[in-house]
Amino acid sequence: MQIALSVKNVTKRFGDFVAVDDVSLSVEDGKFFSILGPSGCGKTTLLRMIAGFYEQSGGTIELRGQDMTDVEPNKRPVNLVFQNLALFPMMNVYENIAFGLRRRGEKSPAIAKKVNGLLERVGLPGAGKKTIDQLSGGQRQRIAIARCLVLDPTVLLLDEPLGALDAKLREHMKVELKKLQAQVGTTFVYITHDQSEAMVMSDAVAVMNAGRFEQIGTPQELYHNPASSFVAQFVGNNNKLRAVMHKDERGGFFARYGNGMDFKVDGAFDLSGGDAYDLFVRPESLVINPVEAKQELNVMPAAVKAILFDGGNSRLLVTPDGFADELVVALPQTKQFDHIRAGDRVRIGWDASKSVCFKRADWKIYDDE
Amino acid sequence: MKRSPGRAGAAGGAGSPGGLYAAPSLFWLTVFFLAPLAIIVAYSFLTPGPRGGVEWKPTLDAYRAIANPSFARVTLNTIVVAIGATAVTMLIAVPCGYYMARSSRQTLLLMLVMIPFWTNFLIRIYAWIAILGNEGFLNDLLIATGLARQSVRFLYNRGAVMLVLVYTYLPYAILPLYSTIDKFDFSLLEAARDLGASKLGAINKVLLPNIKGGILTAFLFTFIPIFGAYAVPLLVGGTDSYMLGNLIADELTKSRDWPLASAISLVITLVTTMGVLLLLRANGTSVLGGSGDGEKPVPEASSAAAYGAQAIGGSR
Ligand SMILES: Nc1ncnc2c1ncn2[C@@H]1O[C@H](COP(=O)(O)OP(=O)(O)OP(=O)(O)O)[C@@H](O)[C@H]1O
Ligand SMILES: [Mg+2]
Repeated sequence: MQIALSVKNVTKRFGDFVAVDDVSLSVEDGKFFSILGPSGCGKTTLLRMIAGFYEQSGGTIELRGQDMTDVEPNKRPVNLVFQNLALFPMMNVYENIAFGLRRRGEKSPAIAKKVNGLLERVGLPGAGKKTIDQLSGGQRQRIAIARCLVLDPTVLLLDEPLGALDAKLREHMKVELKKLQAQVGTTFVYITHDQSEAMVMSDAVAVMNAGRFEQIGTPQELYHNPASSFVAQFVGNNNKLRAVMHKDERGGFFARYGNGMDFKVDGAFDLSGGDAYDLFVRPESLVINPVEAKQELNVMPAAVKAILFDGGNSRLLVTPDGFADELVVALPQTKQFDHIRAGDRVRIGWDASKSVCFKRADWKIYDDE
Repeated sequence: MKRSPGRAGAAGGAGSPGGLYAAPSLFWLTVFFLAPLAIIVAYSFLTPGPRGGVEWKPTLDAYRAIANPSFARVTLNTIVVAIGATAVTMLIAVPCGYYMARSSRQTLLLMLVMIPFWTNFLIRIYAWIAILGNEGFLNDLLIATGLARQSVRFLYNRGAVMLVLVYTYLPYAILPLYSTIDKFDFSLLEAARDLGASKLGAINKVLLPNIKGGILTAFLFTFIPIFGAYAVPLLVGGTDSYMLGNLIADELTKSRDWPLASAISLVITLVTTMGVLLLLRANGTSVLGGSGDGEKPVPEASSAAAYGAQAIGGSR
């Protein structure tokens, strides 16, 4: 597979402030690549460097193997869907899409064919004569994407294009966008701070925090094997338990929670005794009233605080005895747990191999406290 | 009393409250605009009285007098000064407006532009005389520094008139330009660049069409008053900068030929009005429609659709 976009050790400084810090990535042709990170972590800055609107302070950006350092934005084979879309208000839909083709000096019949073809493709045939303010939010979205796709870019860059839409439409557009990408086969580099967008659409995701990449991987890898505390917390839902790591007499480790309770840990982590750790357990890894057969299970009694019913995504909010934290536990809708009411006492447990732990010092910007 | 929304929508129709609300401004327009205009039209077809005023004998003498070549010379002069001063004003105002819109200290800059309005217009002209006069500040400076042996004559020529006119009307051009450019979304320029436009192409195809309303407003706000300038050429001009405004005043006060003054005024009014209308039509804009929003060409079919949607919305 050919590499469409390759970013090598790219850094961007604004004065003393490092907005993007030594970031590397490479995207194969035809893939959907997402960059996921909280607000202000440097996503837009990175994208603008790829598009050519900022010059990187260090590192190189290559498109299909060609160095882009001294190439003007209008000469780069990438197109950017802006965070605010930036559709031209004084032009109708047709002219917006035709803009890039006209700049290339293409002939009118060829332009008409391409523009109408693309309007069809994004599901808005015959909308060419409409003005931009006659379009709905979702339609503008599609026109902004069509305006770029018509130029057949090597890479299409999208800067949180669904950010301005309401939740319902965003759900819908997620799927639409994924389908469109599969259809046209263009390489997408997609920026978002919404982890579910990134997970649903992407072939690979880079998780970004404070200007750095924390981890690059498939959505499954990020979910099941987070490489850092940040990723564990940012991708998907997670319960966080603050604990201190201790070594037992056989050289294994266990985590001691604030109330003196010990948890087994299992897995290839970089552990050291006596340090403060965060232990992460996903809601679906927590089992209600487990059958205590396995050795590796951490089990504790808990009080049910609330039932958060949400169909297949229902949860229990529980407080284990002696805990300061509340834990979120997946509540399978299999009728097995229908008898549980708020205030009931249950036992909850998890398999030690299903939890991950990271040293507390890992935290940088993002913290939910 | 309950008014149905349908009736409110038809405001302006006979017997609707709209007519009542419009009455004061209608009265104002009639008394202070239409009536004087009617008087000017009427006077231009009458015979001049012996000491100003008119005699009620209809004649076309005034219009015959306009055909006189001296009138053509003054007109030409006025056009040259007006075009020149407007052009210079615009050339300064566009970058100024752009800079102000992009600056982080907009309020301060706006204040600076508006400070001249705090001082009377005539006093500011006299200030220029104090600067440029034979014994003025500039000449004092030149002589003191030895750059000139004797005072240079800066005043009483076309250059001085243009300078003071540009100075006077610059804020009127900067303000509308500033307000349109300020509303312009500069990410559009980047979008244009991203889609393959050169720097100049992006400005031509995206910036200018979006701020043309402001450019037009600035142009009209400068050109029209400069075309009718009177005080500036009177105070700092010479024989080569005698303008139509001065001619009208002289006909009125010195020659006491009120019909001729009226006829000249009328011709100027007609010519400028026609010019403005043509410009507006060519641009498809409204004079005060600042931002460039709402200036989009709306294809007939879709505008009808939009109208339909409004009608439905209105009847709910
Ligand atoms: N031109 C600039 N000059 C100085 N600092 C800047 C500039 N542009 C961005 N920054 C800073 O760089 C950091 C990253 O900004 P960036 O716009 O890339 O964030 P982002 O990840 O896109 O955030 P969001 O999700 O809110 O859009 C921010 O702290 C911002 O203040
Ligand atoms: Mg951003």
